[in-house]
Amino acid sequence: MLAFAGVFIIILLQLTNLQLFSSGYKVSADNQGLFRKVVYPDRGIVFDRNRKAILQNTTIYDLMVQPNKLKGVDTLELCKILGITTEQFKKKVLECIIKNTRSRPSVFDGLLTEQKMALLNQFMFKFQPGFYLQERPVRSYPYDAGGNILGYLSEVDTNFLKKHREEGYQMGDYAGKTGMERTYERVLMGQRGIQYWKRDKLGRLIERLDNGKYDTTAVAGQNMYTSIDIDLQALGEKLMENKLGSIVAIDPKTGGILCMVSSPTFKPKLLTGADRKKHITNLLLDPSLPLLNRSVSATYSPGSTFKTLQALIGLHEGVITTETQFSCGGAFYGCGKPMRCLDIGTFDLRHAITLSDNTYFAQVMQRVINNPKYPNVDSSLSAWDNYMYAFGLGRRLGVDVPSEKKGNIPTPATYNKIFGAGHWNFCSFRSVSIGQGEVDVTPIQVANEMAYIANKGYFITPHIVDSIEGGDKFGMLTAFKEKHRAIDIPDSIFEAVHDGMEGVVSRGTGQGSKVKDIAICGKTGTVENYFRGVKQPNHGFFCGFAPRDNPKIAIMCVVENSGRFGGTYAAPIVGFMIEKYLKDSITDKARKERLEYYSNLNLIPPRIYAQIRTQDSMRHSKDSAYLVAKGYIKLIKDTLEIDEEDEQDALDKLKKDKETTKKTPGKDSTERKMIIKPDAILPNEKKRQEARDTAGREQ
Amino acid sequence: MYQKKPELAKGVDALMIWLYVILVLFGLLCIFSVEYKNGDPVLQTFLGFKREYSKQFYFFIASLVVATFILLTDSKFFTATSNLMYAAGILLILATFVVGKEVGGSKSWIPLGFMNIQPVEVCKIFTSLAIAKYLSMPDLDFSKTKSQLIAAAIAFSPAILSVLQKEPGAAIVYFSFSIAFYREGLPAIYLVLVFSLAILVIASIVVPPTALLIALSAIALMVAMIFRRKIKRDKGILVVIAGIWLLCVGVQFFLVPALFEKVLKPHQVVRIFTTFGIDDYKFKAPERQAEMQKEYAKLGTVRKGSNEKIEGYNVKQSKIAIGSGGFIGKGFLQGTQTRGEFVPAQNTDFIFSSVGESFGWVGCIILMLLYFGMMFRLVFLAERQRSTFSRVYIYCVASILFFHVALNVCMTLGIAPSPGITLPLLSYGGSSLVTFTILLFIAIKLDADRQMVLR
Repeated sequence: MLAFAGVFIIILLQLTNLQLFSSGYKVSADNQGLFRKVVYPDRGIVFDRNRKAILQNTTIYDLMVQPNKLKGVDTLELCKILGITTEQFKKKVLECIIKNTRSRPSVFDGLLTEQKMALLNQFMFKFQPGFYLQERPVRSYPYDAGGNILGYLSEVDTNFLKKHREEGYQMGDYAGKTGMERTYERVLMGQRGIQYWKRDKLGRLIERLDNGKYDTTAVAGQNMYTSIDIDLQALGEKLMENKLGSIVAIDPKTGGILCMVSSPTFKPKLLTGADRKKHITNLLLDPSLPLLNRSVSATYSPGSTFKTLQALIGLHEGVITTETQFSCGGAFYGCGKPMRCLDIGTFDLRHAITLSDNTYFAQVMQRVINNPKYPNVDSSLSAWDNYMYAFGLGRRLGVDVPSEKKGNIPTPATYNKIFGAGHWNFCSFRSVSIGQGEVDVTPIQVANEMAYIANKGYFITPHIVDSIEGGDKFGMLTAFKEKHRAIDIPDSIFEAVHDGMEGVVSRGTGQGSKVKDIAICGKTGTVENYFRGVKQPNHGFFCGFAPRDNPKIAIMCVVENSGRFGGTYAAPIVGFMIEKYLKDSITDKARKERLEYYSNLNLIPPRIYAQIRTQDSMRHSKDSAYLVAKGYIKLIKDTLEIDEEDEQDALDKLKKDKETTKKTPGKDSTERKMIIKPDAILPNEKKRQEARDTAGREQ
Repeated sequence: MYQKKPELAKGVDALMIWLYVILVLFGLLCIFSVEYKNGDPVLQTFLGFKREYSKQFYFFIASLVVATFILLTDSKFFTATSNLMYAAGILLILATFVVGKEVGGSKSWIPLGFMNIQPVEVCKIFTSLAIAKYLSMPDLDFSKTKSQLIAAAIAFSPAILSVLQKEPGAAIVYFSFSIAFYREGLPAIYLVLVFSLAILVIASIVVPPTALLIALSAIALMVAMIFRRKIKRDKGILVVIAGIWLLCVGVQFFLVPALFEKVLKPHQVVRIFTTFGIDDYKFKAPERQAEMQKEYAKLGTVRKGSNEKIEGYNVKQSKIAIGSGGFIGKGFLQGTQTRGEFVPAQNTDFIFSSVGESFGWVGCIILMLLYFGMMFRLVFLAERQRSTFSRVYIYCVASILFFHVALNVCMTLGIAPSPGITLPLLSYGGSSLVTFTILLFIAIKLDADRQMVLR
C-alpha cells in the first residue's frame, strides 16, 4: 500500500512539475506543432490619369511536386513538356527532397510560361497526384511601359528585414524593390492575414487552430490613381529608344508627373515570370545601366536651360531690366580668359534667351555676385543659392520615386574649400552662369523648374500618385498638396522670360520643337561633358512648357552624348511629346514619319559599344562567381541602391572629386558613376542594335 | 448489462466494473483523439474496423463477451485448471521460438490472422493463477526457502523466457509478483535486498566506478566501526561485512558491465543511460559501440560541447505533449502534438501523453486516481477473501496493474527508462486489453464467490 501511494506521489509531483511549472514544453510544442501561415492579400492596382490600369495582378502557376507520390507519373511525357532530360528530372526531384523532404510539396518548376501551361493543362492527369499546379499571384503590366516608375518586386533581403523589423516581413516575402512598388509598399501591400495551423511531425498542415479563432484576415492593398499618362509614357519610351537619357513631363498646376522616361529602360514584364532572375542579371550587367532611373538618379550640368533662372534672378535682384543690353563680340572677356559665345551681337534679355547668349548671362550673374548690396561674394552667392533652392534645385524635391538625387548647387562653402576663404570671386565659377561647372541637376528638377516658370513663381512637389482609394492612411500624399513659393517674383518678370522662351521655339535655338497651333515656351541646352577626362559628345537638353497662356505640361528631355545641340534631338522629341499630350494624338502624316525617324535614331555613344566590345573579349569570365569575386556585381548594385546612408559617402566623394576635376568645368556625375562601373557583359541583342545604329546614321 | 441478469451480477463488485468500463472508454477516447482525422465520418470509421479506435472498440466488445463468460464460469474451474493453463502458457511462449513473428525487433508474437497475441502478455494470467494455486496449497510453509524458490521459479520462468526472446520489457512486470509474495509472508529482507540491488545498479551507472568503490569501502568500514564491539566478540560478523562488501563490488564491476555488454541490446542500454542523462558510455565490443553510435545518431541529440541533456526522441516528444497541456489541457481533439503525430507510438505505449495534452493536469490526476482507486479497491477485495487462492490471485492482479501503470506513466513522464510496456486498459492493442480484462474479471469473479472456499 505504501509503495502504491509513494509511486502515486512521485507521478503527481512530476506531473505538476511538467504541466504547471515548466513553460519550456509549451514553447516547444508551439514551435513544432503550430504554423503561422501568412496569407498574402492582393497588392493594390495602379491606374493612370485616364483610369487605365497600368499595374495590376495576374495569376501564373507553379508546378509543384510531392516526391512521395511520384509513383505512376508519366515522367517521360513531363520531361518532354518541360524540355528537360530524365537525368535533370531526377536531379531536380532529389533537390526537392533535400530541400523539403519527401512528404512536403516543393516547387518543381516555378512561374510557368504560357506555352508550358497550355501543354501541362492538357496532360496534367498523367502527372497527378505527384505533380500539381499551384496558383501564384504576380504583378502584371498591361502596357509593358513605365518600368522605371512602377518598379518591380523582389524577395526581401536581410537588410530589408532589419529595416522593417516591425512590419511582419519574413524571409521569402516579396517587397517593392524600386519605383512606386517601393515607395508605396505600405499602401500597395495591404494587410497580411495570419492563419494559425496545426501541423504534423512532417510539417504538413492538418487543420486550423480552434477553427481560426486567432486568425486575422488579409486586407487587400489599396488601389492608387496616378497622374501618369501611360500613352504619353509609351510614346516617350519609343522616342528614347536607342538613346541614353530621360524625359520628364509634369502637370504644372498639380505637380503630377505625366511621364517619366528613363532610357534605356526595361520591359517590366521581363521582371515577372519564369526567367526573371536571368533578366535581372542581364540588366544589372548592362553597361548602359537600364535599371538606373535617370529621371531622378542621374545628375547633369543643366547647361543653357539654366539661363532662364539667371534671368529671373537678375531681374528680381534689379541688376538688369528687361531692356538691359549686353554685347557679345565672340566671347565673354570679363574674367581675362575668354568664354566663347555662339552669337555675335548685342542683345536684350528676350533675345539673349532666344539665342542662348553666353556672354549676356555671364554678365548677369557677374552683376548679381558683385552686387554692392551684399558686403562680399560670400553673402551674394548665398543670396543666389536661396533663389536656386526656391526653384527646387540643390535639394531633393521629395518625389515619390525612390533613389532621388539632390544634384548640386555651389555654395560659398564649396568654393572656400576649393580655393580657400577669400581667394575666390565670380571669375572662379563664371561657367556656373551658363549652367556648367559645379552645378548639377536631375531631369526631374529641370522639369519642375519649368513648372515653376510656367506657374509664374510656385511649384508643387512633383509626384506620381494623385489619390489612394480608401484614403491616404499613412499621410504619404500630404506633401503633394502644398504650393512652394519661397520668393515672390512679380508676374512681369516671368512674362519677360516667357517671351524669351517662346522666341526660342518660334525663331531661336529650339525651333525643332515647334507644334502647329501650340504656343510652346522652351529652352535648349547643350552640355559639355567629360568621361575619364576625355571630352565626350555634348548632352542635348530641351525643356519647356505649353501652352504659354494656360500651361498644362512642363517638360524636359535630355539625350546623353547626342552631340550637336540641344535643339537638334531633344527639342523635336519634346515637340512630339507636347503634341501628343495636348492634342491627344499625332495625326499629320509628315509628323508621323518624323516621329518614326527620331525614334529609330541611334544616339548611343560609341563609348558604350567600346565597353561591349571589351566585354566580348572577356567572355570567358562570364560566370557570375568571377564577377562577384571581382566585386563587379556588387558595384553595380551600389550605384542602383541609393539610400540615406550612402548619401554622406556620396557627398564626401563629391568633395574629393571636386578637387581633382575642378579644372574640367563640364563634368557630369552620371559619367563619373560610369567610371566605377564594371566592364560587364551585355546580351547579344545589343550588338544587333549596333548594326541598326550604323544603318540609322546612314539615313 | 451485468446488473440486469441477477445470476450474472450476483456478488459482483460494481465499483470494479465501473472503474473498468470508465478506463476502457477513456482509452477509446484517447485512441480516437490520436487517430481521428478531420473530416472522417465518425460513426462509419468507428464501425469500419479500419482505424485503431474502431478495432479497439471491437476488442472491447470481445472483452465484454470474454468477461461475461468468466462471470458465468464456476470459480472452481480456475483453481482446477490453473496449473494446466500455466503449463500451456509456458508452451505457448516456447512456441514463439518456432512460429513467432517478429514485431519491433523481438520475436515474441504469435500471429492469429486477425490479431497477434503476445504469449508473455497472456501468460501473466496463468502465472498469477499458478502462484495463487501454489501458495494456497494447504500444507505449504512459505517461510521455507524451498517453497520460496519454487514460487520464484513459477513467477520468473516466463520472464526468463521473455528475456531470451529479447523482450526484457515484458519480463520486468513479472517482478510484480514479489509484492504478492511479500503479502504472503516473504520476509521483507528480500525486498530490501532487491531494492538495495537496484540502488547499487543505478549507482554503478551514475557514479564513477572508483568513487563508488571508495564509497562502498567507506560504508563497509563505518559499519565495521559501529559493530566493532560485537566484532570483537564474534569475528564472523566481520566476515559477513567483508562478504557483503565483496558482493557489492562484484555487482558493480562484473554484473552491471556484463549486463550492458552481453545481455541488453545497445538501444536498450542507450534508453537506460539517457534516462539518467548519461551519454558517454562506451562499449568494449566495437560492433556494439558502432550500433550504439547509430542509435545516438537516430536520437539526433549528440552535440559536442552542449550541456543539453540527451534525451530519447520519444520521451522528449512525450514530455513536450504532456508539458504543453497545462492545468486543464487543450481540449479533446485540440492537442497540437497529438494531432501532429509528434509522439511515436502514441496509441500504445505513449497514450498517457495524449491524456496529458488534451486534458491537462486535471485529467492526468483524475486518471491516476482511477488507476490507484482500482488498485486500492483490489487490495481491499483481496483482504476480504476467505480463501488464500483468491487473496493471492487478486494481490497478483493489483501488483501487475501497479507495475504497468507506474512504469508506463513514469516512462512517459521521463522519470524511468522506457521498457515498452502498455498502460493497462488504455493503450491500443487487443492482446493487452483482453489480458487485463481476463485478469480483472477473474478477480471479480473470485470476489463474487468469496463465500466459497477454494483450493
